[in-house]
Amino acid sequence: MSAPSNGPVTVWVPRDSAAVSVGADEVAAALKAAAAAHGRDVRLVRTGTRGMLWLEPFVEVETPAGRVGYGPVAARDVDRLVADGLLDGVPTGPAHGPVEEIAWLRDQHRLCLARVGVVDPLSPDDYLAHGGLAGLRRALSLEPAQVVEEVVESGLRGRGGAGFPAGIKWRTVAEAEEAQGGGTTYVCCNADEGDSGTFADRVVLEGDPFALIEGMVVAGYAVGAHEGYVYLRSEYPDAAAVLRRAIALAHERGWLGDDVLGSGFGFELHLRMGAGAYICGEETSMLESLEGRRGTVRAKPPIPALVGLFGRPTVVNNLLTLVSVPAILADGGAAYAALGVERSRGTQVFQLAGNVARGGLVETPFGVTLHDLVHGWGGGTRSGRPLRAVQVGGPLGSYVPADGLDLPTDYEALAAAGAMLGHGGLVLFDDTVDMASMARFAMEFCAEESCGKCTPCRVGAVRGVEVIDRITAGVDPDDNLTLLGDLCDLMTEGSLCAMGGLTPNPVRSALRHFPDDFTARTSPAPPQGTP
Amino acid sequence: MVDEHRHEPGNLLVVLLDLQQRLGHLDPALVPVVAHELNLSRAEVHGVITFYRDLRTTPPAPVRVRLCRAEACASVGAEALVSDVGERLGARLGGTTPDGQVSLEEVFCLGNCALGPSGQVDGRVHGRLDADRVLDLVARARP
Repeated sequence: MSAPSNGPVTVWVPRDSAAVSVGADEVAAALKAAAAAHGRDVRLVRTGTRGMLWLEPFVEVETPAGRVGYGPVAARDVDRLVADGLLDGVPTGPAHGPVEEIAWLRDQHRLCLARVGVVDPLSPDDYLAHGGLAGLRRALSLEPAQVVEEVVESGLRGRGGAGFPAGIKWRTVAEAEEAQGGGTTYVCCNADEGDSGTFADRVVLEGDPFALIEGMVVAGYAVGAHEGYVYLRSEYPDAAAVLRRAIALAHERGWLGDDVLGSGFGFELHLRMGAGAYICGEETSMLESLEGRRGTVRAKPPIPALVGLFGRPTVVNNLLTLVSVPAILADGGAAYAALGVERSRGTQVFQLAGNVARGGLVETPFGVTLHDLVHGWGGGTRSGRPLRAVQVGGPLGSYVPADGLDLPTDYEALAAAGAMLGHGGLVLFDDTVDMASMARFAMEFCAEESCGKCTPCRVGAVRGVEVIDRITAGVDPDDNLTLLGDLCDLMTEGSLCAMGGLTPNPVRSALRHFPDDFTARTSPAPPQGTP
Repeated sequence: MVDEHRHEPGNLLVVLLDLQQRLGHLDPALVPVVAHELNLSRAEVHGVITFYRDLRTTPPAPVRVRLCRAEACASVGAEALVSDVGERLGARLGGTTPDGQVSLEEVFCLGNCALGPSGQVDGRVHGRLDADRVLDLVARARP
């Protein structure tokens, strides 16, 4: 294998935007140049990321022993690494040996991420060679109602944060379609991944877009929908480009269109872009935006499963929910339900973010503790300073103190502890964090991103910023703390959607666990960067 | 141009994004034209333009710097980065440099949360930023 005469050596370099943000494009170019300079024939494949983001840019090289990895690789070091035998898999520089044996990866259970970082995301042949379409083929061999029941049996719950059983939602839509004597229904993928600390939707889209397409076709078949929309946030232009191309390729292969895989079932998929509004990740606001309007929240009921897009019954699922579906159909709902704990079945894609030593994507069955994720996979803080808090579940999730991480990742167990899983993001903070300013930011963010439809959120968030400023300035702190508590109660109980309803989570948890941060400052100036 | 999207249901946002892509910004004079073409009221068009942060009614600066201020980037020093960059560029957040050539904007999450602080210079995402690097990227992007 080491001899140049054996034909081209395959080298994989991620095209994922996180990898590119730290120089993957420059590394790819340097590899090409170095290979040419050393007279080596190289086949360069751009993949998604393996999710070991602290090792990006992560380069993999084909060897007789499998793919071996190097990372982080700097473009300026590439020529020397190639001279030292990188293209022959020689352990030189930041070498990690066989990629599949890296404990961080090996200890995961990857279903949604099975192909991400492994395949060329825009190669339909790669997709098929790595198990693609097995779920869709099986689904098409079943009656639609059987597909729904398979998803019910799997125990799959919505990965967007609410955790509603996906199969029950599908059954509701299928029955509504039947009750209305057919007519149009829709499948919508919510890929408006606006939560800070979450990036799994983006990584999957950039690394394995056909998996989403397959999941959406299965959903469409199950509920009798022939049209689907993917609503993607504008901050993800690379993901949009990959998905747009993947949809075109899927059409060419007959995976989309009038006659999916010769089954007679037709399904069309449209990509719609958001325009910089966090609230459009809320499902009814997303539907308004898909209909071309201001992204204001709709009152529920009616639920979107009955009255959704353009007033029709609509499945709205998170991207990770839909991407979980092909594996469920391929291996059966029972096999999926065998993973996980209690009422949280299957696998969850956790995202380790913020001040973390080994940040990235960890897919593992539910039940793993926050401690294992943060300290085991995550390796603690990147700064090396003591961990102080972890925000679990995005900007609307609670802050969990460093000594409170012995909690299983299970929807109900976390809720009982006053936390929530959300979209599976964990953001680490070291001991330099000022929790009062994080609480203030939560209110500031809500004020900035509120759709404005309901008063508790629109006005409450502005008042929240003001009250926290008064508390930290030492103005009637006791009265103002009571006022802040009342305001949080009001927002929780009175808001129309989760934006206003959950913003008190980070505020209250910061107050509960870090009350000392809320005592008066010597300097009453608000944090820098405040508009 | 509207004709390209006429068959798409609920197409107002699609049309506005496409127009902005081609023209750089959405001049208020476009509002009645779009409203007429799509059989909507001017209020509906104006309402959508003012709701979404991406839609703009004035031309963007030649070089756009967007720095993430959300939690994951805040945990690795985004606030200090924003204030340092602002000071060194001579631009406040939401404003431009005195010569109008570079705008400094906040953004809430670019999906690069393990490699923060993150930001965009002219649309390209960069990770593990510090002020020197941002200034360097800006210097290279300046016309």
